[in-house]
Amino acid sequence: MCLGIPGQIVALTDPSRMMAMAEVSGVRREVNIAPIVTGNLEDVVGKWALIHVGFAMAEIDEEEAAKTLEALRGLGEAQETLEAMAAGDAALEGRA
Amino acid sequence: MKYAEEFRDPKAAKALLNEIAKLVSEIGATKEKPVHIMEICGGHTHAIFRYGLDKLTPDGIEFIHGPGCPVCVLPMSRVDECVTLAERPEVIFTTFGDAMRVPGRRKSLLQAKADGADIRMVYSPLDALELARRNPEREVVFFGLGFETTTPSTALSIQQAAREGLTNFSVFCNHITVPPPIKALLDDPHMILDGFVGPGHVSMVIGVHPYDFIAEEYGKPIVVAGFEPLDLLQSVVMVLLQIRDGRAEVENQYSRIVPEHGNPVSLAAIEDVYERRPSFEWRGLGEIEESGLRIREKYAAFDAEAKFEIGYGAGPRETAEAEGCECGAVMTGRLKPVQCPQFGRGCTPEMPLGALMVSSEGACAAYYQYGGARAVEPAE
Ligand code: SF4
Repeated sequence: MCLGIPGQIVALTDPSRMMAMAEVSGVRREVNIAPIVTGNLEDVVGKWALIHVGFAMAEIDEEEAAKTLEALRGLGEAQETLEAMAAGDAALEGRA
Repeated sequence: MKYAEEFRDPKAAKALLNEIAKLVSEIGATKEKPVHIMEICGGHTHAIFRYGLDKLTPDGIEFIHGPGCPVCVLPMSRVDECVTLAERPEVIFTTFGDAMRVPGRRKSLLQAKADGADIRMVYSPLDALELARRNPEREVVFFGLGFETTTPSTALSIQQAAREGLTNFSVFCNHITVPPPIKALLDDPHMILDGFVGPGHVSMVIGVHPYDFIAEEYGKPIVVAGFEPLDLLQSVVMVLLQIRDGRAEVENQYSRIVPEHGNPVSLAAIEDVYERRPSFEWRGLGEIEESGLRIREKYAAFDAEAKFEIGYGAGPRETAEAEGCECGAVMTGRLKPVQCPQFGRGCTPEMPLGALMVSSEGACAAYYQYGGARAVEPAE
């Protein structure tokens, strides 16, 4: 849970709550973008970020994102994070 | 160097390993008189074992595995309080999956769930917020856990809950901070520490200056590091260079992610929502002054401790460790995981006795997972 995972912000979903859709290793997940917003909210769309328990914590570049993802796969953490996201979805439905 | 091929860039890894070997001999460190480098972060511990860095580096370096895995340092008393909260019929207890198997005195959260408590594993405190919106007749408690990297997520979630006026969402706050236990370890006369590899993602939030005291007051080098194996090797080189040259500075190997002064939005949210507790208990280390955070009075409506009258402030506290568990000695580097009599016998990742066996970031679990299990001789 401590290492986070890189994802690309693809669209704003709820600007009033600073929420946006991120694509994380092929999986879509709504995240909070407050920590990486410095000016206009729209400017964040298209950017890569290190996403940590549902919050975009730091902006990174695409190359760094790829390297980080590879390192996380090596540690088995990428898979764990994706499973945690799926578990979170299931919990909302009352399935877990 | 049988593992070196596994690196993304084996050539770079070999060059760094050669550099490390050269520095170790220049310093004059040997197996008998090694330099002790503590990696603070559990992610680093995991990477060290995964890539066999402890075996690839010369005998003159001894890695001491620090207390930087929030699941591993969670004391039994707090697990007990989680279980008590989760057993309340009106409560939906939400937690990161990592915390499910941490042993408590009575049971773990996993056992409590099997016994019928409504415990849900979530990915984010945002999932817990959403559960609260969808279940207005229930009380949703989120198990807030983690160092400075995770603290902003619960702070921002509490601020959001306040803005929405949610009345059925609260956080059971167990957030802890990295610098105080480092100070406690440096003050421990039994500890030999020559330098530190600092947690990069914590510094992504707090910057590098909270570590100034390590260099200025204790005269020890610290290098804030990324968690890729090459980052770690490079950071070890930077620590050794400081030792060789007689310097003690805070250096930033991970500047591509870590801003000198941290993340202003996250820091402001933490400051708004949390304040330091006078002291907080760490598994294996005991109570450490000003090492934990609690929710400020103005957000008391979102504080599970205040709301359900549990935890600190609700009466005298008992500290306890599992019988025969050597987690404290392992955590302070006095014992290697295999030297604990329970390792691989009474304590395995499937059935952990101590918290260091629970998460892949715990030294015992990492050791067990990557070959350490082989080190266990059959019991006589
Ligand atoms: S083997 Fe188990 S009991 Fe022993 S120190 Fe490690 S986690 Fe604790």
